[in-house]
Amino acid sequence: MSLNLEQVGRIARLAHIEISPAEAALTRDRLNDILGLIEQLQAVDTTGIEPMAHAVDASQRLREDRPTETDRRSAFQAIAPETEDGLYLVPRVIE
Amino acid sequence: MTRAYIESSLKDLAAALATKTISSVELTTLFLDRIERLNPVLNAFITLDREQTLAMARAADARRAAGETAPLLGIPLAHKDIYCTLGWLTTCGSKMLSNFVSPYDAHVVEQLKRAGMVTLGKCNMDEFAMGSSNESSYYGPVKNPWDIRRIPGGSSGGSAAAVAARLAPVATGTDTGGSIRQPAAMCGLTGIKPTYGIVSRCGMIAFASSLDQGGPMAKSAQDCALLLNAMAGFDSRDSTSLDRPAEDYTRDLAQPLAGLRIGLPKEFFAAGMSDDVRAAIDAALAEYRKLGAKVVDISLPNSGLSVPAYYVIAPAEASSNLSRFDGVRYGYRAPDYNDLADMYCKTRAQGFGAEVKRRILIGTYVLSHGYYDAYYLQAQKIRRLIADDFREAFQHCDVSRCICPTSTPFPPASQACRACPFPAASAPATCRSACN
Repeated sequence: MSLNLEQVGRIARLAHIEISPAEAALTRDRLNDILGLIEQLQAVDTTGIEPMAHAVDASQRLREDRPTETDRRSAFQAIAPETEDGLYLVPRVIE
Repeated sequence: MTRAYIESSLKDLAAALATKTISSVELTTLFLDRIERLNPVLNAFITLDREQTLAMARAADARRAAGETAPLLGIPLAHKDIYCTLGWLTTCGSKMLSNFVSPYDAHVVEQLKRAGMVTLGKCNMDEFAMGSSNESSYYGPVKNPWDIRRIPGGSSGGSAAAVAARLAPVATGTDTGGSIRQPAAMCGLTGIKPTYGIVSRCGMIAFASSLDQGGPMAKSAQDCALLLNAMAGFDSRDSTSLDRPAEDYTRDLAQPLAGLRIGLPKEFFAAGMSDDVRAAIDAALAEYRKLGAKVVDISLPNSGLSVPAYYVIAPAEASSNLSRFDGVRYGYRAPDYNDLADMYCKTRAQGFGAEVKRRILIGTYVLSHGYYDAYYLQAQKIRRLIADDFREAFQHCDVSRCICPTSTPFPPASQACRACPFPAASAPATCRSACN
């Protein structure tokens, strides 16, 4: 299948990436090139094959539910674009 | 004399430091001066910090004076700029992180610090490790030191160029779909993508988590093994880290090759391989035969599916991993926006380069409602088919010696083994034509 401009716009909104009208057509063409490449996967019969998520099929480790990290809030907030009173600032969401 | 140190193996450098023939500060200064002279041409480093580097070298000399004898103590190295390094700019080759001074060390960086290694600087790379030419870096392309008109490969191209130009004795890299092996081949080095789970991914900025793996890049297999000894290790902060006894990767280096079965996958020697690459491989095989190894033909029938499977798995995981770059907690934030959603969209439009955006969009699409099974799950199943091919092939040949060309000459693309989970190495036998 290949994508049209409207679908590309929808994907870009889902991905939170602004695409200008000027870029849209080129983006569509490049995406369709890659989709063309991966299309051949559909023809492969994978009935009964387990999906492989981890290279060594390891299972998730469990540990005690106890804090292991120290408080480093000020170090982390020192590199944030905008903070106030220990909070990260973003544009107002609720009026 | 200086030249000898620049060309030395880790073992020889360690011996010179142990006998106090040279100090870490002197050795480190040799490399820093060389970087200062050659980096303006090669662009192998994004960040240099002479003061921090020399402070580390002085600390290593002090540890030695206090009686420490760790094997890599005082030896300098370069880090790919994908590894978070406390107090250093860590950009991942992107405008998105162009102001990110890491508040912590990656596990690998921590381990190498503990081993006493000295950080020379942070190496250039394709943006977020997405590329195989090093041209997608926000900080400009890296030049291949063998011929500056050519690319060094990628994404660990800065690390490869740095070691090839002898700006660093060894360097760290990361490999998702060839990002250590292919630049190593193009710059005439040895590089290893270790078994997944051996090297912690904590603090290694994530691209495609089920494929990402850190590894060494060096002038020789011996140097790679020594560096991997120090990079590997269990880390509880990486949920995929393998908790198993430490290995000494140098242990088999002196083993004779007699009786070794070298597998030659017929699919990798199909049409499209240039004569000079084939000649280099044939010469290497002849040498192996002379040393008593046996060359056996093997087949990896699903290897043609590894690139398409990679182009589903890697972007899908990237779209999820890179959603953290939103201009809220760290990194770049767009200067002008209307509301929160607009801030996200503009930050990501301006902070990411074209290749990164394309891969995020592909990943978003293949993971979107109604397509997950058809693309991501199908690719995961095909990944098992590819892995099964290798398991079958290893019945007929010895596990770690499957010979394949890492790259075709130019334009280069490293695609063999992309979606496969086995460890892989690239050694200079196959690089002749790429960097002559």
